[in-house]
Amino acid sequence: MPKKVVSGNYAAAYAAKHARVEVVAAYPITPQTSIIEKIAEFIANGEAEIQYVPVESEHSAMAACIGASATGARAFTATSAQGLALMHEMLHWASGARLPIVMVNVNRAMAPPWSVWDDQTDSLAQRDTGWMQFYAENNQEVYDGVLMAFKVAEHRKVNLPVMIIESAFILSHTYDIVDMPPQEEIDEFLPPREPLYTLTDFDNPIAVGALGTPADYYEFRYKIEKAMEEARRVIKEVGKEFGEKFRRDYSQMIELYKTDDAEFIFMGMGSLMGTVKEAVDLLRKEGYKVGAAKVRWFRPFPKEELYKLAKNVEGIAVLDRNFSFGQEGILFNEAKGVLYNTDAHPIMKNYIVGLGGRDFTVSDIKTIAKNMKEIIERGKLDREIEWYHLKR
Amino acid sequence: MEIPENVKKRLSLPFEEHFYAGHTACQGCGAALGLRYVLKAYGKKAIFAIPACCSTIIAGPWPYSAFGAPLFHTAFETTGAVISGIEAALKAKGYKVKGKDGIMVVGWAGDGGTADIGLQALSGFLERGHDALYIMYDNEAYMNTGIQRSSSTPYGAWTTNTPGGKKHFLERRHKKKVIDIVIAHKIPYAATASIAFPEDFMRKLRKAQEIPGPSFIQLFAPCPTGWRAPTDKTIELARLAVQTAYFPLFEYENGKYKINMPSPKKEPKPIEEFLKLQGRFKYMTKEDIEILQEWVLREWKELKKKAEVFG
Ligand SMILES: Cc1ncc(C[n+]2csc(CCOP(=O)(O)OP(=O)(O)O)c2C)c(N)n1
Ligand code: SF4
Ligand SMILES: [Mg+2]
Repeated sequence: MPKKVVSGNYAAAYAAKHARVEVVAAYPITPQTSIIEKIAEFIANGEAEIQYVPVESEHSAMAACIGASATGARAFTATSAQGLALMHEMLHWASGARLPIVMVNVNRAMAPPWSVWDDQTDSLAQRDTGWMQFYAENNQEVYDGVLMAFKVAEHRKVNLPVMIIESAFILSHTYDIVDMPPQEEIDEFLPPREPLYTLTDFDNPIAVGALGTPADYYEFRYKIEKAMEEARRVIKEVGKEFGEKFRRDYSQMIELYKTDDAEFIFMGMGSLMGTVKEAVDLLRKEGYKVGAAKVRWFRPFPKEELYKLAKNVEGIAVLDRNFSFGQEGILFNEAKGVLYNTDAHPIMKNYIVGLGGRDFTVSDIKTIAKNMKEIIERGKLDREIEWYHLKR
Repeated sequence: MEIPENVKKRLSLPFEEHFYAGHTACQGCGAALGLRYVLKAYGKKAIFAIPACCSTIIAGPWPYSAFGAPLFHTAFETTGAVISGIEAALKAKGYKVKGKDGIMVVGWAGDGGTADIGLQALSGFLERGHDALYIMYDNEAYMNTGIQRSSSTPYGAWTTNTPGGKKHFLERRHKKKVIDIVIAHKIPYAATASIAFPEDFMRKLRKAQEIPGPSFIQLFAPCPTGWRAPTDKTIELARLAVQTAYFPLFEYENGKYKINMPSPKKEPKPIEEFLKLQGRFKYMTKEDIEILQEWVLREWKELKKKAEVFG
């Protein structure tokens, strides 16, 4: 298979090209810029036929993608932090109008203070917008994620947008080998979009998004939730098909690493899980029975998988590179919520790590492992939430 | 009602209706009339984008639509961006856009959605040169939310957030010249139009279809509800707005200005004739009226000068 050494951003751009996106509307923001620059370069070199709309804001980027998608096109965009926040209203619009737009969001910390570094709070703050969210661990997953995203989003039973999320710089600007299947095979995996409805049906004109009175609005919401439920199945199906075709399996919404006999596990999302896996290997050599659970899909949330996993471990260290002020790390919050009504109640502790690009290393994970081991031996938490890096 | 073909041909507007009965506009709504003409002009082969405004309601709640053409309801400030995306998608799919037999992409937004919150998206749309038409129907306030001022509200007008009152808290800013902002983008075609002059409007809609690139029409569309005016005076008010030169009809085509007044030789009528039919101006003092009158004539002079120099 053809391999390229590319940054996470270039992986995203190649994936958009290989997915044969038809309309791209985007606005630059660090660290997303090289995605849209690369796409512009493809067009300039005649390597891709894409209608490129260089909009005047992210709000308009999403609005233009919405117009394009409603007209039947495969639409793509990319952004980060402030740009994503500016889009917020239109994120709801995309899912409410049931449009399978795919967007790459490069996780970046929200200002102020200004920061361009990695932090998941930007995308997690969009949790309730009706977008599916996939967190990539490495550049390969960025690439694969975009290809799968279109297939999941455009599935007739789903019709919801997908956000593929990668870390600022750690992925976006770091080069790595990415395996890119031949175009014919991708075309086979991802045929052209077949929309259920479009604005181009002049014989059966539709009105999209008209006023929904209290007598109808409620059902519209329920249908989105139904689609999310379908999406759980579709994600696994598509992930399996992807694995069979391209030898990288994504049928699990949570990737498990050495969890079978683990006493406790680390759980988290995105690029930091690469570091965690490495630490797990080292810790195992030191006699720790640890594993890692990488939550790939945050929306829809993999409830079943989490339950099965939680049932068999004594403790979960949830690593959140994000925070919900007045509460706790967002993944921690979600995971606890999922387990409440079950019989799986491992000790759970929340470590707030890496905000705004603070380095989070193997040795940090080792420190956390020590702490977790003590907690489990004691059978009692020292504290529920730990701001791990805090200067004292 | 059967109308013979030879009669239909002699009508000055297309006979077919694509804006259906059952829409939910108020009685005497100028915007509804405007929509009727636009749909007459483009028939079914147009895609509409409508942001939050009275027309959202006028088009009807789900599952109804008063439009005989596809319609996308969108967020308040996004008309310019959404029509850009629709146009891009049509091109990606190989459709003919604009021109004879081409699909018309029409953004239909209020003055608030255009002059205020949507100005940025409008500017982006104009500047990027998309093949689409943006119509700003101007009823001079935020009607959908209950008659608040917009930057297109004229001097001296009552609205619910410029309510007159003891302190005489009225609108003290002159109407923003959105059309001048549009023309500053040097687009191929921009025009003002009025629901009182449907043939002129129809001709402009045709031009907007023929001329490639972005087109813009500012359509004067009285709102009896918001203007505190009788519902049978809508057309008269729209006509008076033109005759007083408060809202002059003109076109800007490839750098050239052309005034399209119905009686070009006549001097403008006094602005008071336009004002006195409307409750929204009842708080204006004599001095207020003079201030507005002066502004109208000054703007009118400027337009005439432009037409003279760049005619
Ligand atoms: C972002 C946002 N802010 C505010 C509103 C509330 N809103 C809906 S319509 C409207 C006014 C519309 O005024 P205009 O564009 O002039 O259209 P009209 O109702 O007068 O026809 C406002 C303020 C909204 N829908 N979205
Ligand atoms: S409030 Fe005015 S613009 Fe709105 S529907 Fe009624 S008459 Fe028309
Ligand atoms: Mg208005």
